[in-house]
This record gives sequence, structure tokens and C-alpha cells, in this order.
Amino acid sequence: MKSRMKNLVKTVLSSAVAVAAAFGLAGPAAAEWSPKKPVELIIMAGTGGGADQIARLLQGLIEKKNLSPRPFIPINKPGGSGAEALRYMEDKAGDDHTVLVTLNSFYTTPIIQDIGVDVSTFTPIGRMALDNFLLWVNTDRGDITDFDSYVAAVKSAGREWKVGGTGSGQEDSILTAMMESYFGYEVTYIPFPGGGTVAKNLVGNHIDSTVNNPAEQNEFYRAGNTKPLVQFTANRLPAYPDIPTAKELGHPIEYYMQRSINGPPGMSAEAQAWYIGLFETLFNSEEWQTFCVEDGLACESFLKGDELGQYHMTEIEKHKKLIQEVGADAITG
Amino acid sequence: MDSIFTLLASGILEAMQPLNFMMIIIGCTIGLLVGAMPGLGSVNGVAILLPITFLVPPTAAIIFLAAIYYGAMYGGAISSITLGIPGASTAVATVFDGRPLAQSGKADRALIAAAIASFIGGTISVVLFTLFAPPLAAFALKFGPPEEFALMVLAFATFIGLGGDDIPKTIFSILIGLVLATIGLDIISGQPRLIFGDITGFLHGINFLVLAIGIYGIGEMLWTLETTRGEVTVHKVKMSVRSFLASLREIKSYIGTTSLGSVIGYFVGTLPAAGATPASLMSYGLAKTFSSKPETFGKGNVAGVAAPEAGNNAASTGSMLPMITLGIPGSPTTAILLGGMIIWGLRPGPLLFTEHPEFVWGLIGSLYIANFATVLINLAFIPVFVKILTLPFTILAPTIYILCVVGGYAPTQTMHDVWLMFLFGIIGYLLRKLNYPVAPAVLAIVLGPLAERSLRQSLLASQGEMTIFIERPISLVCILLAIALISYPTIQKLIKRRRAQATSGEK
Repeated sequence: MKSRMKNLVKTVLSSAVAVAAAFGLAGPAAAEWSPKKPVELIIMAGTGGGADQIARLLQGLIEKKNLSPRPFIPINKPGGSGAEALRYMEDKAGDDHTVLVTLNSFYTTPIIQDIGVDVSTFTPIGRMALDNFLLWVNTDRGDITDFDSYVAAVKSAGREWKVGGTGSGQEDSILTAMMESYFGYEVTYIPFPGGGTVAKNLVGNHIDSTVNNPAEQNEFYRAGNTKPLVQFTANRLPAYPDIPTAKELGHPIEYYMQRSINGPPGMSAEAQAWYIGLFETLFNSEEWQTFCVEDGLACESFLKGDELGQYHMTEIEKHKKLIQEVGADAITG
Repeated sequence: MDSIFTLLASGILEAMQPLNFMMIIIGCTIGLLVGAMPGLGSVNGVAILLPITFLVPPTAAIIFLAAIYYGAMYGGAISSITLGIPGASTAVATVFDGRPLAQSGKADRALIAAAIASFIGGTISVVLFTLFAPPLAAFALKFGPPEEFALMVLAFATFIGLGGDDIPKTIFSILIGLVLATIGLDIISGQPRLIFGDITGFLHGINFLVLAIGIYGIGEMLWTLETTRGEVTVHKVKMSVRSFLASLREIKSYIGTTSLGSVIGYFVGTLPAAGATPASLMSYGLAKTFSSKPETFGKGNVAGVAAPEAGNNAASTGSMLPMITLGIPGSPTTAILLGGMIIWGLRPGPLLFTEHPEFVWGLIGSLYIANFATVLINLAFIPVFVKILTLPFTILAPTIYILCVVGGYAPTQTMHDVWLMFLFGIIGYLLRKLNYPVAPAVLAIVLGPLAERSLRQSLLASQGEMTIFIERPISLVCILLAIALISYPTIQKLIKRRRAQATSGEK
């Protein structure tokens, strides 16, 4: 039954493609593209993390607001710090029914690992938010009350100090490497399959500290399990008015992560336009903006299409430089 | 304590509301059918059904999703027993005895035992959930990488006992599974491993379903073709009220091991990393180890169907706990449940229990109702499922082939996996001919990545010291239990031999 339906969908799809090809050159009248089959929403990280929560919220909002004639299906491909997801997208070149929810490993993984993917060829759709980073420890650590006592504790523990993260080459490992090179200490970095698992291991005292996004720690913070020490932002986030930024303390460490939606290389212009429209609607929705405020994300402006492509190019250059400075070895451990 | 029962009672009452009750019935039925189809992903199914949940209030919606989840856990046993293909990794252990029972014309007994055991597992676990959720959530936090690894060692130990008498062949089979599990991207460094040059299809690793459907579906077909030599076989199954009652009377033969399996299953399920697969295995392993007739396991013992089904159902209730308290979903279906919660503004975390008790207890209340509903729906459908087996082999075999190909294609939608599945089918057939147990390989591919990750995380944390596994009390207990389980059959044999010698000496 299902296979028959699939065939039917395929036939409809191929005839739709043929029709689109026939009319595509005729003018913008034929540009009204919309998905013909379920859209794969690829998440380059594990379940429970920030990217996962965002993808699942977007999926739900699309359904709730009835914005797409076909459902969006979130699929987690966390392997190899996002390498699995990037290779998957690369292999889907020209496909109009697959989009990727990114993290900064979108930039860093192809720089650090030789996976044969050039993300600048991907089809940029829209930047939904900039995510922030805070440094977290378990509230049991009474000896650590601020950033200075943290640095002192790490320095005396040396390699015994365990920092949890979501994978070598992920943004948290970069930020960890930035701190290592700035303060001149070395820690042991342990990768976990997602931000949710990192949080759990911090609460259970299996790791000593982590740099998590607010969304991944908020609930544990409210429950009194973990505490933030410092924010790596330009200004204090409204959700954390009492926590100083690293900059205020005289340590110029600042780092952000983009949360954007991208198609595989060679997505058709019609499909790209449709997705841009869809995600812009979502970006401007009350639900999304509320989520941003509650979870400490910055959602001031929606970068779309070529603007986002430009942004990607500058970020790739920035990360190349950053990785050169701290050394790829510091990141992969 | 009082407040819990008041909350639970109101939760159950909530679930009995006409609309909610209807959602439970529809959800369980859909779940049952989705679960019964090997490889026809519940992820797609549930994602497509998600819009329905926006037509009803949030509580009804979450109850609907939970009912599908619940029904699917029951349904997993059906294809394992009737077709011999496990549709999900949680149902692998059900094949061991379910398939032989079906082949000897006792499919109805196996299906009834699976349904009843699922009910027992579901009931025990939901009661445990009601009574001990907060302390267990705290205990689950004590499980770091070393404990997770020790638990995996324990799971591996249970299936050394499963492989039958030939322990070296079992170990060989486990090792094949472990090697297959390392294919794909390295979990720590992200470098590709064993991708045979640069075959991109191997980058995402080998999907469990590809191996399971290949070995059990295709391999089994080839085997049947050879043994029957093209003869048309029809399994005669007669369902009558009397045989149904006789099956119900059988319950007392497996109630003990099933209850034990349920408790263990629930407990393993509450650990975020583990889930229902090791739970079903451990439950099966224990049932076999402590059975008075362990040699009948794997040849069609009803208790061998009941134990893993109780274990995996209990674990699926247990895995609600990490989802609610830690926001870590244990399966694709729970992940969708999680998505639903986020949309309705409910953030999973340690405070959800106290801040939104009506939601949590409503969900738990609906599990009680869903459990009753599913067992009744399942029992009602059994005559239909059994009918499948009365089809002549000439019709059944091509149908299974088609289901295998679709099931192999569906998860990743690449032909690469379909060819791989055929290859595994042929290898599975050859292994079977050479008398190698194949189940350990299938289970190793599921547990291998979990074990590898936790092993490497532990060794990173301990700077390479293996002592980390015996320094920590929980992991030490798991490792000692594993050693005991591995040595138990050998010791038992020695005792038997000594007794035999003693009696012959007296003569």
C-alpha cells in the first residue's frame, strides 16, 4: 500500500517536474513551487540539543499554521560532528525536498575534517537566530563562584578537568579551545551525542563544566542543578541580567552560533524562494519570537538568500583563522 | 503521597473523557498496525499524523501520540512472530522463540503470550512510574559513561548465554556484529572508518534494520526454500475459544520471570542511554538462565516470547522518565512527543513534574488506559494476524520479499541499503547452514555503537585507566553481574557432571 503510494507520489512528482520544466522558462507565473512530498528537515546534531529543539518547534509550527502542503520530518544525523549530515546534503544535490538546520559545525567540520564538502555551494535559505554561549558548572561546586575561581580551579586540575561538549569541531569545542589558548591551560574534552546529554552529565557530576547554549541548560538552572558563571556575548542577555560577560571581566572572548536553514547544492530557485517565504513567516511569528526571548537567542533580523550566503562566506573565513590560531589539534584533542 | 494519587486519579479521569478516550483507541490501533509493519518507519507515520493533534486540545493530542507509541510497542511482536522479521531492534529477542512457535503451528499461543506479557510489563512499569519516578530520575543521573559501558557489558553477557551451547560461535557472531557497527564516521574524531574506498553509502553506518531484515527475512526465506525443497507448506492454526482459554491458563508458567523482566526493563528504560533493546535482551537472558528447562528456549518456549515483550514494554514506559525530566527522548517517536511538548510551551526538565503536574499525571493516567485498550485491541486482532500464516508459502514468500525490500529501502531511501540487505541475507543463510547463531550479531550492531561511545568517553575521562570501571560502585556491580552471568552456565554444567559422577560412584 505504502509502496504503491510512493510510486504514485513519484509519478506525480516526475510529471510535476516535467510541467515545471516546460513552464519554468515561460516566466514567474510558474514560480509558485511547493513541496510535492514530505520534506526532510536534517538536524546536524543529536536529540535534545538546541538545534533539535529548534527543528522540532519549527516542524510543529509549520503543521500548526498549515504553512506547507506536505509535512516536515525532522531527522537527526549527529555523526562525526555534523559530517554525516553534511555528506548527506552533498549527496542530495539538486533535491528540493531536503533542508538542513545548521550549527557552526556547518563551517568548522569541513575545515577540520576532510569530508569533501564545500558548504559555500549549499543553497542559503534563511538565518533564524544567533545563539549565545554561557559557561556552566554544577551548583555542587561551592568552590567556584565566578570566572576567576573557575580558571583557578581548572589550572590546578589540569588534564583531570573534564569539559563536556557535543563533539570535536563543534562550536563548544572551539570555544573551549579558545579559552585554553587564552588562559594557557589544557583540559580533557569529552564529546557526547547532543546538548541534552551534556546537560545530564553535568547535573550528574560526570563532567566538570561545559559551554552550553541557554536553551540546553535553562531548565536545570531554574531547578537549581547548574549555574552559569560568565556569558560569551557582547552584552548581558536579558534572561541572565546578573551574569557578567567575559568582556566586562577583561577577557575578550566572544563567540556566537548561527542557526540557519540551508538547502543542498543546486536546489531550484523556485524551491529556494518558497522556503525563504516559509521561514520568513515563521521567523516573524509570535511563537518564534517568544521562543527566542525565553531561550536567550538573538532574533533581530532575518538574513535570507544571498545575504545569508555572504554571511556564510565571512564566517567561514573567520573560522579558518580561528582554527589556525588555536590549532586544529587543540580542537580535536 | 496522597497528592500523587489524587493527581493520578484526576489524570485517569481526564483520559476517560470521551474525546481523550477516542484518541486512545484510535492511537493504539494505528500504533499497533504501524508497529506490526517491519521497517515502515513509525517516524514517518507519526510525523504525518502530527497535524491531527492540532485539531484537538493539547492533552488529547499528547494522549494520542502516547497511545501510538504504546500501540507500536505491542505491534512490534506481531511481525517478529508471524513473519519472523523483527520490525524494530526491541523485538529481536521476540523472534528467538516466537518464530519456532509459529512454525510449529502455535502462533496463536505466541501472540497471546506476547500481548499478555506486554500488558504485565506495561502495568508493572506504569505502577513503578507512579510510585518511584522522582527517586529514579535522581538515580538515572548517577549513570555516567562508565556505568553505561558496564551496563552494555552486562547486556552482552546475557547473550553469550543466548547463543546456545556453542559459546565460541556466539562470541564469533558478536564480533562480526561489532565490526559491522564500527563502519561509518568515527564518533569521537569524525573520520570515516571502513568505508571500502569511498562508498558514500557506508558513511552513515549500517542501519540495524538492513541487517535484521536481511538475516531474518531474506536469510530465513532461503533456508525455508532449501529445507522444504519447494514443497508447499501451510501452517495450520486453529483458533477457538478453548485454545484461547488454554493460552490464558499458560500465564502462570511465565508470570514469575515476566514480572522480574518487567522490573528490570522499567529500570533499564529509565536510563537515558540504554532503552528498550538491552531491556528486552536482559529479560530474555534472565528468563532462560533461571528456567527449569533452559534447553527449550530458542526452540519455541512461550516464556521466551513473554519475557522480552514484558521487558521492552516496561522499558518504553521507563523511557518516558528521561524525556520528561531531562528532555532526552529515547526513540524517534518520543522525540516527536517532545516536539509536541515544546510547541505547547511545556519544556521538559526537572521542574515539569512540579510546575505542570496535570500534564505529567494526565500522560501517566493515559498510559494506564492505553495499556488496557491495547491489550484488548491486540487480542481482538490476533485471529486476523494468525490468518497470515495460513496463506500458502507460494504467496507468503513473495509478500515477505516485497516487505523486506520496502523495509530495507524506507529508513535511508537508498538502493545501497537494499543491496546490502540482500548480501546480509545470503551471509545469514550461510551462517545458519554452518550452525552459527545470528542473533548475537544483530544485537551487537545495535549495542556496539552505544558501548563504543561510553567506553571511549570513560577512557578519555580517566586518562586511559581501565580501573575506572571497577572504582565506581554501580559499574562494579554491573561488571560482577556480567561475570556471574557468563560463568553461570559453566558452573551449572560442572555441578551436573559432579552429581552424575557421584551417583555413578554410588553404584
